[in-house]
Amino acid sequence: MAEAGLRYRKERLDRGIKARSDTIYVISSYREILYLVLPRVLPVIGLLVLPLVLRGYWGKVLVYACIFGLLALSWDFLASCGMFSLGQALFFGVGSFFAGALNHYFHWPPILTLPIATLAGGVFCAALLAPVVRLKGIYFAMITLVVPLLFTRLVVATGVWGGSHGLSNLAPFTNEWIPIYLAVVAMLVVLFGFRRIMNEDYGLVLGAIRDDDRAVMSAGINIYWRKIQALFIAAVVGCFAGAFMTHQYQFVGPSVFALDYSILPLTAAALGGAGTFAGAVLGSLALVPLSEAMRALAGLRITFYCIVLIICIIGLPEGIFHYIQRKYQQFERLTEIG
Amino acid sequence: MLSLLIYGTIQSVILAFYALGFSLAYGISGVANFAHGGLFILGGFIAWSFMNYFHLPWFLSVAISVVLTGMIGFVLYWGLLLRIRGIPLAEVVVTFAAGIAILEFLAWKGLYGFYYNLPVFVKGGIEIGSVAVDYQRLIVLGTGAVLAAFLWVFVHHTKIGLAFRGIAQNERTALSLGIESDWIGALSLALGSALAAVSAIMILPMGVMEATVGYEVLIYAVAVAIVGGLESILGMVVASFIIGFGQIAVARYVGSSWMVIVPLAAIAFILAIRPSGLLGKFKELEERV
Repeated sequence: MAEAGLRYRKERLDRGIKARSDTIYVISSYREILYLVLPRVLPVIGLLVLPLVLRGYWGKVLVYACIFGLLALSWDFLASCGMFSLGQALFFGVGSFFAGALNHYFHWPPILTLPIATLAGGVFCAALLAPVVRLKGIYFAMITLVVPLLFTRLVVATGVWGGSHGLSNLAPFTNEWIPIYLAVVAMLVVLFGFRRIMNEDYGLVLGAIRDDDRAVMSAGINIYWRKIQALFIAAVVGCFAGAFMTHQYQFVGPSVFALDYSILPLTAAALGGAGTFAGAVLGSLALVPLSEAMRALAGLRITFYCIVLIICIIGLPEGIFHYIQRKYQQFERLTEIG
Repeated sequence: MLSLLIYGTIQSVILAFYALGFSLAYGISGVANFAHGGLFILGGFIAWSFMNYFHLPWFLSVAISVVLTGMIGFVLYWGLLLRIRGIPLAEVVVTFAAGIAILEFLAWKGLYGFYYNLPVFVKGGIEIGSVAVDYQRLIVLGTGAVLAAFLWVFVHHTKIGLAFRGIAQNERTALSLGIESDWIGALSLALGSALAAVSAIMILPMGVMEATVGYEVLIYAVAVAIVGGLESILGMVVASFIIGFGQIAVARYVGSSWMVIVPLAAIAFILAIRPSGLLGKFKELEERV
């Protein structure tokens, strides 16, 4: 192979079916339609059927995977707008505390607290981070890293919302089917919604802010306002995940701002492949069951995530999803050099 | 009032110690070393292990700890960061993950409680005016001053120090003058990590050595660096004095549980009026805002 490597190089070409189905305007053949539709429909059907198969403990794991999928999607959305967050726990925690406090102090049922916590949390997070949208890159990352960690200390120190003991005995979901399908459907809606948004004009602007914010500014677009909007969208998704888990656990405490909720979505997105949203979902569906299987390792789990994350970023920077996508759409062959 | 002054100064110097290695490494190589908190605790833990498992004298274990931690920083750069140099976000994630991996590993090993405790250098204390201060805190003050002076001389008057500044100011020009940026970057991270170990050995005797302290260190280091301006050592010192005195004053007049508000408020305030930090000079606007 070594000699072959000298005279030949690998070449990647789009498969014929990809080239044909890229520009389908009319129904041409079942093969091409299936080529387009199957990768989208099969996972959806799979995810909708899974709750019927997985009961009890592994059903809970599926819910967990979907919630982390939501957080990873929210991370990926921010990253596609050029905002690199190290603190998804902020969104998660704010949503949790809104839902927990509404339920604990006003005894509102989950059907009210979920939407209110989601929206109010989104507004709160967007307002909180609004001054920070002027920052880019690692400066933004630093702020998002520090804020949830300081919030943990704030809650513990001041004793608001139950302090370090948290609020317990919150209202659970009444029916076991509600949470599992709510989580799965929410994740699917967000996944396809985000992919759609990024292909619309609106998303093009957001993507352009990531690529070259000066150019977007010179086009007369207020990038800070757009970034705040993107923050709101991402925060809504993260807050929903938090509010959901509050009712699932029937508990909320300062641990909702913990690093787990920041580092796991990040790992999932890095493992699955950032920028595609499907990668984020794929990553969390792979990581969360794996981490459940490693529950025996207890504290070592986070160490494990970190090592996976480092290996992924250095060794496999494109992520699983990009790899699969490439294999699906292209083939490789050796061509002679020269 | 006198005690406010004294303890405010001490708190400020402690914060400066936290931020020193972080700020220095960033100022030179442009790598925000989020593993700083992890390296801090690791430095303390290495010193403790050598003292307690191998029964080495204090000075020897401290020296070994500083050198080892420095080498870990070097390896972190040479082994991991070099491969992703130029992608700032990947750098952040890798150092962040490495730091958490260290901290969580130590936490899993059971690093908490009074069992793990570095000894103070000199027991006892002294009264200044009417305020009791123990010697350890005074030593921290003195060491801080000495270290600051040493760093200033090092960065301004030695060859490596000048190379550090050259890389920080303009990497390409420095390259064309024969300063190898990979080597200097790795050295800067090694120096930053060694400084983390030094500050761990100075500060940990005043409290307990826990893995969670590592997060605290990272938070304060980042907060100080953001407020002071990431690249500027002077800005870092000024910021640690602002936050340090702010914290002691809040603890005195409002309640010690509100101390955590101070860094948060300082960050929010500084971002609103001067996003590049108090004395952030290089790369001022284009990159950040």
